[in-house]
Amino acid sequence: MAKVTVDGIEVEVPNGVSVLQACEAAGKEIPRFCYHERLSVAGNCRMCLVEVEKAPKPIASCAYPVADGMKVFTDSPMVRNGRRGVMEFLLINHPLDCPICDQGGECDLQDQAMAFGGDASRYREEKRAVKDKYLGPLVKTIMNRCIQCTRCVRFATEVAGVPELGATNRGENMEIGTYVEKALTTELSGNLIDICPVGALTSRPYAYVTRPWELRKTDSVDVLDATGTNIRVDARAGEVLRILPRTNDDVNEEWMADRGRFAFDGLKRRRLDRPWVRKNGKLHPASWAEAFTAIAAGIKGRKIGAVAGELVDAEAAVALRDLMAALGSNHLECRTDGAAIDASRRDFYTFNTGIAGIEEADALLIIGSNPRLDSPVINARIRKRVATGGIPVGFIGPRGLNLTYAQDWLGEGGAVLNALIGGQHRFNEVLRAAKRPMLILGRGALARPDGASVLAAAWQVAAQNGMLQPDWHGFNLLHHFGGQVAPLDLGFTTGIPADIGAVWLLGAEPVGVPDGAFVIFQGHHGEAGAARADVILPGAAYTEKDATWVNTEGRVQRGRLAVYPPGEAREDWKILRAASEVLGVRLPYDSLAGVRARLAEANPVLAGPGFEPHGCTDTAGPAGDAGGVSEAAFLPPVANYWQADPISRASATMAECARTYLPQAAE
Amino acid sequence: MVAEMSTGVEFPQPESFSFDEESMKAIDTIVKRYPPGKQASAVIPLLYVVQRQMKRQTGSAWVPNKGMDAVAERLGMAPIRVYEVATFYFMFNMKPIGKFHLQVCGTTPCWLRGSDEVARACRDTAKVGGYGQTSEDGMFTMSEVECLGGCVNAPILQVDDDYYEDMDYESTVKLIEALRRGERPAPGSVIGRQTSAPEGGPLTLLDVPGE
Ligand code: SF4
Ligand code: FES
Ligand code: FES
Repeated sequence: MAKVTVDGIEVEVPNGVSVLQACEAAGKEIPRFCYHERLSVAGNCRMCLVEVEKAPKPIASCAYPVADGMKVFTDSPMVRNGRRGVMEFLLINHPLDCPICDQGGECDLQDQAMAFGGDASRYREEKRAVKDKYLGPLVKTIMNRCIQCTRCVRFATEVAGVPELGATNRGENMEIGTYVEKALTTELSGNLIDICPVGALTSRPYAYVTRPWELRKTDSVDVLDATGTNIRVDARAGEVLRILPRTNDDVNEEWMADRGRFAFDGLKRRRLDRPWVRKNGKLHPASWAEAFTAIAAGIKGRKIGAVAGELVDAEAAVALRDLMAALGSNHLECRTDGAAIDASRRDFYTFNTGIAGIEEADALLIIGSNPRLDSPVINARIRKRVATGGIPVGFIGPRGLNLTYAQDWLGEGGAVLNALIGGQHRFNEVLRAAKRPMLILGRGALARPDGASVLAAAWQVAAQNGMLQPDWHGFNLLHHFGGQVAPLDLGFTTGIPADIGAVWLLGAEPVGVPDGAFVIFQGHHGEAGAARADVILPGAAYTEKDATWVNTEGRVQRGRLAVYPPGEAREDWKILRAASEVLGVRLPYDSLAGVRARLAEANPVLAGPGFEPHGCTDTAGPAGDAGGVSEAAFLPPVANYWQADPISRASATMAECARTYLPQAAE
Repeated sequence: MVAEMSTGVEFPQPESFSFDEESMKAIDTIVKRYPPGKQASAVIPLLYVVQRQMKRQTGSAWVPNKGMDAVAERLGMAPIRVYEVATFYFMFNMKPIGKFHLQVCGTTPCWLRGSDEVARACRDTAKVGGYGQTSEDGMFTMSEVECLGGCVNAPILQVDDDYYEDMDYESTVKLIEALRRGERPAPGSVIGRQTSAPEGGPLTLLDVPGE
């Protein structure tokens, strides 16, 4: 530890930290542009100058290690002068276009120029002009504004793992870009917008949309993948205008995947905003009362079941389950993709290591998942672990995938899994040598005829290779969407019998629904489920309700209503509550607190937000015959990352991405 | 001065590039100089290899994008890391140049000793419009370069890899005419200076003991 005095305040910081970090520990704010705590240190903007006793010149605090007994001054005349000078240089080539700049109002350069800069420019010469670059459909560039901090270059190289951005030419002619024009091949590109301290990289869909001070900001949770990314939904006049990540070191650090960030324009398109009832084979607009009456008539005397989709919140799921119970039914399903999940124990279907736990792992086996597309943010965490710890990563799945880190491709199908169970595979050695080995099993790997065996086999590999320890749980299932775990917690696994007479689809595809069955579709986007429905009930999307979400870890988080659902659409648990009344089986709650109390009763883990890291003391595995894994290859589960759920399929931005990145898949 | 931007995209780029046998041999020797895992250090010498191969094959010494990609692949680097290095250094021509590359040193010592005259002679005789340009006959490209480290014999005109020293207007004209005729005058001082000794011969250390 080193004792450092910052403006007279004494702090003790670990040896080797930078002066900037010591100043922060002392509660002093240091202006900066190039420094970012999650990136390597570049030390090229010089904004972080401080004075150190006995040093002849101001020093760049971000790149200067502390020394014991150091005396630092962050507000001396030398420092103020230095910062003013740096600011003046930075602004020499920076255009004065703040009034038309989308970063305006939340720009580090603007803020720091106000706080630390001079009040006028002495520069009378011409400013340099730089051609804008094309980086893809999501990131807009206005390169005149670039101050060459190289944060974007470091983010792309270090975090996203796609070394495609760079600084070419030199001096006055230096430019940031890809040099040979191309769209950045990353699912994390939106983070470049956050990380750029000026308005050089901004959001293309958000261009000229609004000003930050006009936005209502609501903290929530992303559900378009299973990461559970913490988000802030920015809305104005009842419309979501953008979504940004919030920092949560346990989950997403401060990153966010592009689908979650940019698909929200799908919330406005192809929405179900009023009830519909099918009469004489055709759907007709109806009132809520008519819809409920039609349901009462339609399900009368029929065996009913319910299916929960992939974007379902826990409140809606529990209300649906209660409604079914009140109607005498226990036919519940949520595994619409056919994944053979065994929900008898929670650790059979969650990401037990925890996302932050990845950083403790010292060996990793990936089975039938492409984490880069299943969860780009979790993939970035794995990349971070590989980059800092050099841990071995074994991969079973398609050959030649670029996961952004080195992987040891073991094979593409069940044969490798069988060999691993035998303990004879070379990767067994790697796992046995590790102290904290983990595996990630893709949900997609369970959605095949031998899915139950794959699950059992993966568990067995975990058990046999030291992944299941009392203080370490290395078995992880990686889901695809943020609404897939809560229904599992609520027992939506009893199944829909083939002779079902009526099915209540809560945002679910009509898979396994027999012809002739009476179908109720409740949801926000009408796709196959709505087309097949006899009654459509318009529900709320994730930004439109106060709801509990469970991510792939099993972490319980709460999202909050940012905007009201459109038209007559309502929060889903309320719809179910209202329907129960008409069906003569009134559900015993009529407030959010009431549903949440019921939720806690139905499954205590859903009582409130949280995630407890846990070990594994019971190594008995899931049902399923571990020996029954077929040789079939594990196919890439996510074919089209950009259009994977009803919201992103309705999004024009995502369609543009699909056209850019998957030209062969575009319609 | 408006700087020339070489973004490398406004002129036709070859569709492909692969190292020929001579380059391969050179690369093997170069790469061996660096410890295993540090091959990326060979990026600058390899870019020279590309530039020389282009000279051999097309008569114009430059580094096309595909050439940089070939270097990246050979050294296991991301292509952008090679682009960064190649565009940083003026020695690499990012677009096709003429048969001869006239590199006029414009830094202070050379400038004080008359580099403007050398440049004027280049413009007049080689028929090049100015820095960064190529003569219409494709024979000469002219660049302004920073100090070549030969200031004692300033001004310097570097033609491809050779230094011509103690230049003035006339000697530059003569040199260019010779080049045009296909001759390659011996590099070094054009006024007969012995290496970097004073004009007319050494003035000190004349009495070497024991001689
Ligand atoms: S584009 Fe933004 S992040 Fe990238 S170097 Fe320029 S200012 Fe920095
Ligand atoms: S923040 Fe220290 S030099 Fe940029
Ligand atoms: S100034 Fe021309 S060689 Fe040094």
